[in-house]
Amino acid sequence: MDIEELFKVVKARFTDDSHNSPDKNEVRDVEIPQDLLFKCPRCSNVFYNDEFVNNRKVCPKCNYHARLTWQERLEMTADEGSFIPFDENLHSLNPIGFPRYEEKVQKCASDCHTNEAIVTGECTIRGYRCVIGIMDSHFMMASMGSVVGEKITRAFEYATQKKLPVIMFTASGGARMQEGIVSLMQMAKTSGAVKLHSDAGGLYIAVMTDPTTGGVTASFASLGDITIAEPKVLIGFAGRRVIEDTIRQRLPDDFQSAEFQQDCGFVDMIVERGMMRRRLSNILKLHGFPKERGNKPVKNEE
Amino acid sequence: MNNLSAWERMEIVHNKNRPTVNDYIPAIFTRFMEFHGDRLFGDDAAIIGGIGFLSDVPVTVLAQVKGKTLDENRRTNFSMPHPEGYRKALRLARQAEKFHRPVICLVDTPGAYCGIEAEKRGQGEAIAKNLAEFMTLKTPVISVVLGEGGSGGALALAVCDELAMLSNALYSVISPRGAASILWKDGSKEKEACEILKITAEDLSRFGVCDKIIKEPDGGAQSNPEQTADSIYEYLVDAVARLKTVPADKLTENRYKKFRKIGMFTE
Repeated sequence: MDIEELFKVVKARFTDDSHNSPDKNEVRDVEIPQDLLFKCPRCSNVFYNDEFVNNRKVCPKCNYHARLTWQERLEMTADEGSFIPFDENLHSLNPIGFPRYEEKVQKCASDCHTNEAIVTGECTIRGYRCVIGIMDSHFMMASMGSVVGEKITRAFEYATQKKLPVIMFTASGGARMQEGIVSLMQMAKTSGAVKLHSDAGGLYIAVMTDPTTGGVTASFASLGDITIAEPKVLIGFAGRRVIEDTIRQRLPDDFQSAEFQQDCGFVDMIVERGMMRRRLSNILKLHGFPKERGNKPVKNEE
Repeated sequence: MNNLSAWERMEIVHNKNRPTVNDYIPAIFTRFMEFHGDRLFGDDAAIIGGIGFLSDVPVTVLAQVKGKTLDENRRTNFSMPHPEGYRKALRLARQAEKFHRPVICLVDTPGAYCGIEAEKRGQGEAIAKNLAEFMTLKTPVISVVLGEGGSGGALALAVCDELAMLSNALYSVISPRGAASILWKDGSKEKEACEILKITAEDLSRFGVCDKIIKEPDGGAQSNPEQTADSIYEYLVDAVARLKTVPADKLTENRYKKFRKIGMFTE
């Protein structure tokens, strides 16, 4: 039963005064409190939002790892107080004069409390220093335009210079079509920066989160030395609808899931959110990076 | 000829008589021979790879193949490569580096293929790998967009020292039809999207993406394929001569800078 149905039934029972049962039409429009319930987009089960949030926004039923804001990701990943942001004052121009583009970016920027769809910076994870990037799908589906490309490139260049490892939490709908060809070139630019970091011996861990697709999958997201994915997230190149339109048949439900990509050989390991900090810090330790400070656990860590 | 709209150019590019790499390769290169296979999965007919002489310089050629007939297009998948096509291209590009041959990429694709098998074999990973590896390839790379440069599927053969475009060729982050269906939920508005996206050779020169526009004869390349092939040949001979004198380290440094500076933002 979906949420609307459930509320209709509940409301119908409350309004039933036993003289005449309510006309179904009268209770068609029911309001579902926005923040009360969470409906999993994968398994369609419904939970109290508190339960879902306390479970690190992981579906208690099917283990789908839902999308996070950059603030939530940062809080779950970096040691408290360790994060130093980079390039907070870069702002996109409108290369092809796309209608109302500036407006849209500005609205996302104020809604998401960040200048663009990726937040980059330096932090420690359980005491190990790294450069970190967190893409936020709430910002224009974290599509990659000039600023996203530039922030990623600068993050890798900084890491190359300082001999630091890079951890990128990827999520994106792909290149940002509103910036035309300039957005396509960000794929080449970021991939080049990853290559130079790699050639200098740098370690790069890509953590694919929901959804990692399009031009981001076809550039820096697929170039990690180690590729991690969160359970059940969507990872692919072409969109599902595009493929279904091309081949004129329905795709299986698990197509382009993290598990599918691991079976196909493109993901090293699938890591649960609650274990992520430990895994990342262990990888850094195994690559010989020094521990700089104590590892006070963050909220919700296992 | 210079005042054609993007849409008019698209109609020229889609003309079924427009020359393809099957016309250009014999006209531009001598003793060309094709090499097949990515050594990992199979051979993709959507990309021809091989070696030949450009004037008296041995070069590696990587070319996306449009067909002129339905049969040809079935064989070459309408020039939409699978991952094995991109991996073949990378294999031959590395070989070119080993034997100090310049790489000539002829770009002509609606885009990388979108299908189940392409996804399973890692279309995204294959393209990404090409972008990264071509960036530091220690031999000259020259790309020419002949007709359509479709998004990442084109870019995978266009991380280069110099990008040239035929004067009617188009190069875009998304097909106008795709853009129209996302923007207005209506693919039939592709004509409008075509103009908004800024995808002509002149547009791309302004963005610093296209370095050279190769003029087509009036009416487009199809009205005089020999003359068009001559123009491409002359450009390539000149570009190879210039780039061959640049030391390998300087070459890759300049290539990175070419892409590094593309982006429009304030700080």
